Amino acid sequence: MTVTDAPKIVTRHLGNADSWTLKSYVDADGYQGLRKALTMPREEVHEEVKKASLLGRGGAGFPAGQKWAMLRKAEPIYLVINGDESEPATFKDHMLIEQDPHQIIEGTLITAYTIGAAQAFIYIRGEFAKGLERMTQALNEAYEYGAVGKNIFGSGWSIDVIIHPGAGAYICGDETGLLESLEGKRGFPRIKPPFFPAAFGLYQAPTVVNNVETMSNIPWVVMNGGDAFSAFGDNRSRGTRIFSVSGHVVRPGNYEVEMVKTTFRDLFYDPVYGGGIRNNKELKAFIPGGASSYWFGPDKLDTPLDQDEVGKLGTMLGSGSIVAMDETTCSVRAAWRLTRFFHKESCGQCTPCREGAGWLEKILQRIEAGRGREADLDLLLDACDNIAPGLTWPPKQTTICPLGPSIPSPIVSAVRMFRDEFLTHIKEGACPHGS
Amino acid sequence: MAPKKPPDKVTITLDGRAVEANKGEMIIAAAERAGVYIPRFCYHPRMKPVGMCRMCLVEVVGPRGPALTPACFVAVSDGQVVNTTTPGVKKAQDGVLEFLLVNHPLDCPVCDKGGECPLQDQTLAFGPGETRFVEEKRHWEKPIALSELVLLDRERCIQCARCTRFADEIAGDPQIDFSMRGDMVEVATFPGQPFTSYFSGNTVQICPVGALTSTPYRFKARPWDIEQAESSCTTCAVGCRVAVQSSGDHITRKLGVDSDPVNQSWLCDKGRFDWESLSSAERITAPLVRKGDELVEVAWTEALDAVASALQKAREVHGGGAIGMIGGARLANEDAYAWSKLARAVLGTDNVDAQLGDGLPAQTVLGLPRATIDQACDASAVILLAPDLKEELPVLYLRLRAAVKDAKLPLIELAEQRSGLTRHAAASLLHRPGEAHVLVRALTAAADPTAEVAGVAPAEVVAARQLLKGIGEKEGEDATYVVVLGRPSLASGPAPFADAAATLLDAFPGVRFLTALRRGNVHGALDMGLAPGTLPGRVSQSDGRAWFAQAWGQVPDTTGMDTTQMLVEASEGRLAALILLGADPLSDFPDRSLARKGLQGAGTVVAVDCFLTESAKKADVFLPAATYAERAGTFTNMEGRVVRLGQKVTAPGVAWPDWMIAAELAFRMGKELGFDNVEGIWDEIERLSPAHTGVTSNLLASLVAKDGVVVPMGAADPPMHKPEPLDPMAEPGIIAAETHWISRLTTIEAASTGEVERGPQGDVGGQDPLAGATEDAAAVSSDHNVSDPGITLVTEPDADVAAEHDVSDPGITLVTRPAPTRFAVPATSAPVPPIDAYSLRLIATHQLWDAGVGVQHSSHLAGLAAAPSLRANPHDLKRLGHESGGRVKAVSPRGSLVLTVEADTGVPRGSVALGFNLPGEGAADLIDATAAITNVRLDSV
Repeated sequence: MTVTDAPKIVTRHLGNADSWTLKSYVDADGYQGLRKALTMPREEVHEEVKKASLLGRGGAGFPAGQKWAMLRKAEPIYLVINGDESEPATFKDHMLIEQDPHQIIEGTLITAYTIGAAQAFIYIRGEFAKGLERMTQALNEAYEYGAVGKNIFGSGWSIDVIIHPGAGAYICGDETGLLESLEGKRGFPRIKPPFFPAAFGLYQAPTVVNNVETMSNIPWVVMNGGDAFSAFGDNRSRGTRIFSVSGHVVRPGNYEVEMVKTTFRDLFYDPVYGGGIRNNKELKAFIPGGASSYWFGPDKLDTPLDQDEVGKLGTMLGSGSIVAMDETTCSVRAAWRLTRFFHKESCGQCTPCREGAGWLEKILQRIEAGRGREADLDLLLDACDNIAPGLTWPPKQTTICPLGPSIPSPIVSAVRMFRDEFLTHIKEGACPHGS
Repeated sequence: MAPKKPPDKVTITLDGRAVEANKGEMIIAAAERAGVYIPRFCYHPRMKPVGMCRMCLVEVVGPRGPALTPACFVAVSDGQVVNTTTPGVKKAQDGVLEFLLVNHPLDCPVCDKGGECPLQDQTLAFGPGETRFVEEKRHWEKPIALSELVLLDRERCIQCARCTRFADEIAGDPQIDFSMRGDMVEVATFPGQPFTSYFSGNTVQICPVGALTSTPYRFKARPWDIEQAESSCTTCAVGCRVAVQSSGDHITRKLGVDSDPVNQSWLCDKGRFDWESLSSAERITAPLVRKGDELVEVAWTEALDAVASALQKAREVHGGGAIGMIGGARLANEDAYAWSKLARAVLGTDNVDAQLGDGLPAQTVLGLPRATIDQACDASAVILLAPDLKEELPVLYLRLRAAVKDAKLPLIELAEQRSGLTRHAAASLLHRPGEAHVLVRALTAAADPTAEVAGVAPAEVVAARQLLKGIGEKEGEDATYVVVLGRPSLASGPAPFADAAATLLDAFPGVRFLTALRRGNVHGALDMGLAPGTLPGRVSQSDGRAWFAQAWGQVPDTTGMDTTQMLVEASEGRLAALILLGADPLSDFPDRSLARKGLQGAGTVVAVDCFLTESAKKADVFLPAATYAERAGTFTNMEGRVVRLGQKVTAPGVAWPDWMIAAELAFRMGKELGFDNVEGIWDEIERLSPAHTGVTSNLLASLVAKDGVVVPMGAADPPMHKPEPLDPMAEPGIIAAETHWISRLTTIEAASTGEVERGPQGDVGGQDPLAGATEDAAAVSSDHNVSDPGITLVTEPDADVAAEHDVSDPGITLVTRPAPTRFAVPATSAPVPPIDAYSLRLIATHQLWDAGVGVQHSSHLAGLAAAPSLRANPHDLKRLGHESGGRVKAVSPRGSLVLTVEADTGVPRGSVALGFNLPGEGAADLIDATAAITNVRLDSV
């Protein structure tokens, strides 16, 4: 087990007293990145971010520097920060928004400066009441401080930042669903193509949509240079990253670790991180990258936290939420519980997701309640296949957005890994775990 | 107008064969034209695609291999490879249909849509055959009312968003939308706000399942019992194409047919649902004759004898000029022609008027160069000088709204109050009633105004002038202008609009007009000569007298009276007989007091109608008439588009078509009208009417004339086109003329499995009747041009009468058919009424839901007409010391009424608005039809 000596980057202010205040932030190193960026040509700032190989932290893991380079050449350009973190077991952005809002604002401003945005929007999940309060307070402080608004720090560059609370829909975490919501409409994701935000985003203008954690990295990258960031990690997965560790571990929580050099085993078992499986139970399976990722068995514990490595094994690091399931876990119930989430959160736009999620939940519930049929296992897989044809990774989809093909991940994982447990439910007419 | 540029072409590979497609069109549309039907639910060819239902997934081969792609949302591109029948596509289709049926109640046996349901049909053609769903379905209360007319069964809904998109995108009434999430998504209204859109019935028609049903049709019929006749809606002058459907000789439903140049499949709710009135219990289905104080049912013979002898007597004692005929705008062209001929050739009167003092002078209507609706939508600018189109010509409102929204058509509105189109107008100038012509002159004058014009601030006028100037400069000689000209208010006279038309004709060379007269076939009736001083075919009495006298035997040589003049004359006891052709002056003439006196003072009053209207109750004889769907014939819409009307049911009781009544009356007066069926009348119209040359019955019946024929046929008119094959899913319920779409589907299915050879789609086959039509027209005129020794040909219409008297042998004089008259649009200026500082000028307008017979005798519509209330600018109310919502006494020189007054910023200062022909007392009790404007004082009660 290794705990590398890589520094804390996005979470470095978190131990500071009142870390969410301007004073605390500036007393540390607050807004130094922005001040520096404003003295640099935009292209140079962009170059540093590219060198950092900063993969987007929202789930899809697209390199931030590359995303900024894809904007359609048109005015105006918008920057939208996605803080609609809503997936079960994902709670890193929540922490950053509440504990270090200024760092997000600073990253947003540097990014806006770099891409030449006309306006920036920070979209925060509506349920984050405290986060919204702190983010709003921070933005007001930042305006007063001269970091936002007209003629920022005397540079002659001006921009406004707008905080927009969501209204409680997971789907608005999808970037195009978020844009619809931001425009005041129902959060129905848009069809890609043609509505790639970089080409036709907010109000049909070229738009960059970045995650809160991605933004939180930007000030450090600018202050210390892209090379300093990419000195950590390996391959394409550079720097450090927050992983939300939860489930049956002794010490659930957010841990910022160096990428690639750290493994899933480290996160679950190192006393500094997860501290082992609770009650000294055996690990049965784990979710490597959020509710929409395919599961891993204990045999994959030594897989490095490398986006592409994990991708090659048929799943994803996704939003960086890692859930441990110990031997007492009922895999049917786990799959049902996750499917229930997708069922509740399907926006209802595309038939396969709208109707499929509910149906799949009903089947799983039936099996869990001991009323399953053997044919249900093939039915589960086939209905999943009708949402994500081929059940491959990365998924194909019959729906507009990736919520559809997320539904099969827990179901297919559970059926493939624990088919016998499903059959036991069916044969015994009850859940063997007693749940 | 310049013809539209043909679209650029691209070539795609569709299921292995090369197919040509229009650049920019969606795969689903290109495939359909190539005979490959891709199943769909949310896609509708008249709305923007959303790609939601996922039924149209096809495989498009991309750089990473074939990918399932919604065919409704992805445009064709050159070299694109599309596969619609691969196992991957088939599995996706099975999957989507199985998912759709998971929560669908499958209550087809009791569902109105069962038998004509795209969900049923596509499940049959593309679905998996059986479901693997064994769980409990989602349940909702069913149905819930979205409005008085539309019910929603949420269990049946498949969330395709056709209805919500229609309401927002097409109707501009976003009153329904999705609420909730996932499989709990439901279509909903906003709390306490029903779906009151005038176009709500369209959502029922385009619903691909039985989720939306209409209260008038609900449980009325089963699709397999339904018979259909294609026809046109005659409720207003737009003339939307419709399918009239019946079951057991009762009308059960009207559906919109997609006529590209006219209604593009949409209907307003009045047109869609007023068929209920046809089978109303109030319908009078036998002749009535007044005996004492009562109207008593009699046989046709007795009634016709009574009318014939009264008319005979009137003619002999007082002369034809003492007989008047009001109405005719509800009739078919053939009926109007028959009455027109009866009046001139038998009764010897020119006192005929299809308008009820609420339109424009016939000479103006007939003299203006006409535009089509398409030309208006494609124009460089449209000038709106008309009543609120949303209220009076609703589907024209939809077309113009779409042109503004989609094609950025600049709309310059000159109105007396805010209208449905105001928010879409590039400029909206609200002027004082009675002064439209002053504003139009200021718009077209050489110099900018410096002072207020007709109540409009100079800056607003200047802005509109600059807008027009900018369009003129940008488009130069290609600029085209269309004026929608009507009578915005019944409380002021028509003179300013005739004046304004003359000014606009001068100012914009090449300008064309759409005359916004609302009554169904008013344009057809005018074309048939139901206006004083005109004869059939848009020819003036003086130009056409010789020609028609030759054909008809006689034509009066004095110009007759219009409706207002007739009523004045009658009120003074100088009209011996008055025939009302579906006209109800007591309700529908702007001035009730004059109408009342007129009906009292007239000698014999004959009402030819379907209902015992207020006016018909005063009649001496009531003759029951057949109405639309009960008789055949043709109809002419506001563009001059002649279309065929379909007969679907038998007229109730012993009601007759109007032409038959006219012919019988002529016979009883010792003359023959010379025809014994509708076709015979049309042949005579085609032969005699200068405007209808070449428009033969054969042409009208042909597929190229599916959208009708704009008359007169000529080079200036848009070419007729063969209709594109219709998307079967766009109009569920319509029984397609060629093959029923389900059989087409099966053919396609079979074709894809190689069982049936795929034929070319949309091939109408046979010869092109249009090709012959113009030749026919040429032949007709050359027939008459053949010079024959001994026969004098009069070729100059202007010289007709004089020439007739010059010939040596009057017995063999042959007059050629005159050309349609170029009626002079009066250039004389209408007066500018003085301002009365103590009064407000009255604006009286029609509303869609009114006290007319179609609405009042349709049980589901009658309740929608609101009681009249006044609307005035809040400043005026404050100035006059009235509260919004309070009661006031409205006093005009004609009378007074106590009404509620509401504050409305859409009414400019100095005016007060009031609905016309609403239940109870109303605007007609205040208006003086002989005055230029109506001033109203608002007194405290």
